[in-house]
Amino acid sequence: MQTFRRYVLGKVAWYLLVLVVAVIANWYLPRLIPGNPVDIIISQLGGNATGEQAKHIYEVYVHEFGLDKPLWEQFLVYMGNLLHGDLGTSFAYPGTPVWTLIAQSLPWTIALQVPAILIGWLVGNALGALAAYRGGWFDRGAFLSSLFISSMPYYCLAILLLFGLAIAVPLFPASGGYSFANTPELSSDFLLDALGHYWLPFLSLVVVFIGGQAVGMRSMAIYELGADYVNYGRSLGIGDGRIVRYVFRNAALPQVTGLAISLGTLVGGALITEIVFNYPGVGSVLFGAIRQNDYPVISGVTLIIVVALVVANFVVDIAIGFIDPRIRAAQSGER
Amino acid sequence: MLGSFRRNTRFQISAGILLVVLVFAIVGPFLPGRGNPDALPGKLFDPPSWRLWLGTDNFGHDVLTQLMYGTRSSLVIGVVAGAVATLIGVVIGTLAGFRGGLVDDVLSGITNVVLAIPAFVILIVLSDALSNRNIFTMAVVIGVTSWPWTARAVRAQSTSLRVREHVDVARLSGAGTARLILLEVLPYMASYVSMAFVLQLAAAILAEAALSLLGLGPSNVVSLGIMLHWALLWESVRNGAWWAFVPPTLLLTVISFSLLMLQTSLNEVFNPRLRTSGAGRRRAMQPALGMGPVAAPVGAGIAPTEADVAPGARP
Repeated sequence: MQTFRRYVLGKVAWYLLVLVVAVIANWYLPRLIPGNPVDIIISQLGGNATGEQAKHIYEVYVHEFGLDKPLWEQFLVYMGNLLHGDLGTSFAYPGTPVWTLIAQSLPWTIALQVPAILIGWLVGNALGALAAYRGGWFDRGAFLSSLFISSMPYYCLAILLLFGLAIAVPLFPASGGYSFANTPELSSDFLLDALGHYWLPFLSLVVVFIGGQAVGMRSMAIYELGADYVNYGRSLGIGDGRIVRYVFRNAALPQVTGLAISLGTLVGGALITEIVFNYPGVGSVLFGAIRQNDYPVISGVTLIIVVALVVANFVVDIAIGFIDPRIRAAQSGER
Repeated sequence: MLGSFRRNTRFQISAGILLVVLVFAIVGPFLPGRGNPDALPGKLFDPPSWRLWLGTDNFGHDVLTQLMYGTRSSLVIGVVAGAVATLIGVVIGTLAGFRGGLVDDVLSGITNVVLAIPAFVILIVLSDALSNRNIFTMAVVIGVTSWPWTARAVRAQSTSLRVREHVDVARLSGAGTARLILLEVLPYMASYVSMAFVLQLAAAILAEAALSLLGLGPSNVVSLGIMLHWALLWESVRNGAWWAFVPPTLLLTVISFSLLMLQTSLNEVFNPRLRTSGAGRRRAMQPALGMGPVAAPVGAGIAPTEADVAPGARP
């Protein structure tokens, strides 16, 4: 237990460092480039504001974003606000906190991604292990199609599915997370409507995910099938079912890492899928913000993506250290 | 070696496809009537016809001409970004692995921190901050954010090469560090680095497409991602104007698939143990631990995985 605690403490320190660097980068990188967002807002106002008004607006914005303060003070203010959960206010929707925009869209993204990742992981791993074990034509077919699908950019599949299954053959609704006539509420009517809009984006994500997992699992399982313990077990006359169970357990370890990391990328992993389907998730918020130069919203969204990923990586490391004693030992220098 | 290139069908197929794409992108713009990608020979979403084989896009551009220029920019961005990423990765990885000690600790630390931050986010932040983006700034930005996993993999390689006999012999005969790295270590990693470059190339093309789709692509130039951006923004999918979005989508898929296949086939050529079939293959597919990105390039669609980058040389 002593070594495990040391392992966890080491990881905590490491990920805190990563988190700090990530937050600083997210804050500092945009400031590295000449010109500031306020100039762009003013230039967008164009002829609507006279010189005097423009100057006043400029000063108000510069003051509001604290751009008139020295850099280190700006950073302290930013960090202080961040610790209070304050991500600033949107440019495009004045008065709306960035956090509200994100909080509205995050549930849609999570509801879309988590089931796709979990189901894709289960089906993909089963398929990959089966392909490795069965070999022959089944292996070749499953492997090649998985390889093709997983090397296809996920948004390309989304676009083709949208065209094929919503426009050419109108099986599914083509746009949005629910019908225009509906408003989000907890009624069976709304949920059914949302479910109808759910299938297509879900399908486009889950298919790509199955492909990627199957390819990874197949190569891990093939490696394990050639391991000494498998040959030894076979020579002892242990049944195939039991050997496959051992193989699956050993081959699944890296796949568990993959699962957790995918869960970490879930906020940022399907930005474009949401844009393709007009799905009301974080991706669509980001897309709108980029089109309107809504800097606070953009940096809020990127921050959420980073934090989700760093936290997921941390959880993976802890979980893996818990599952696999070898890693723990190697990290704390016992071997 | 040349013989094994010729015998490898995967290599032939993928290299053939890539050659066709390359000719399309390089020769296409010089064909008569395709000199100007901004010409407007038609109106909003004209369907394909004898005159315009792939119809027009939302502005009235000829889609086929746009496709040629778009493929060209996508390939240029991919090659430049891939080269930048591979160069940085090889320099940092070789130095860290070969020198060891404090240099290694510092460089590996930097690599791991950058690796833990999703590259795609940094890409969004950087591209968003650059108000005037051209192909080369885009390529450099993509390259600068995607080197860490190459660095990590190269470091593992050069750590093992450092203690090989031929390096010891050279060291005993008085070669300096630079000479050792250039003549004794790098040549042994060449096959490996070229495979890493192919993966970086594929990832960079997809990263550019994803950024452009979000609206953060290069200004004043057409690329495959930018074609998709406008096609989506003008609802070509929901208007049934398939000619505006299917060609760039298919081209991106074909490029990415054939690059990954090329990488796999290179791996088979350089690493003979992967070539055997049946039971032999089962032994050979030993994945190299500690390689591949910790965080897949978010949104880039593909991630070079551990199995993709099996080591060509082991101690």
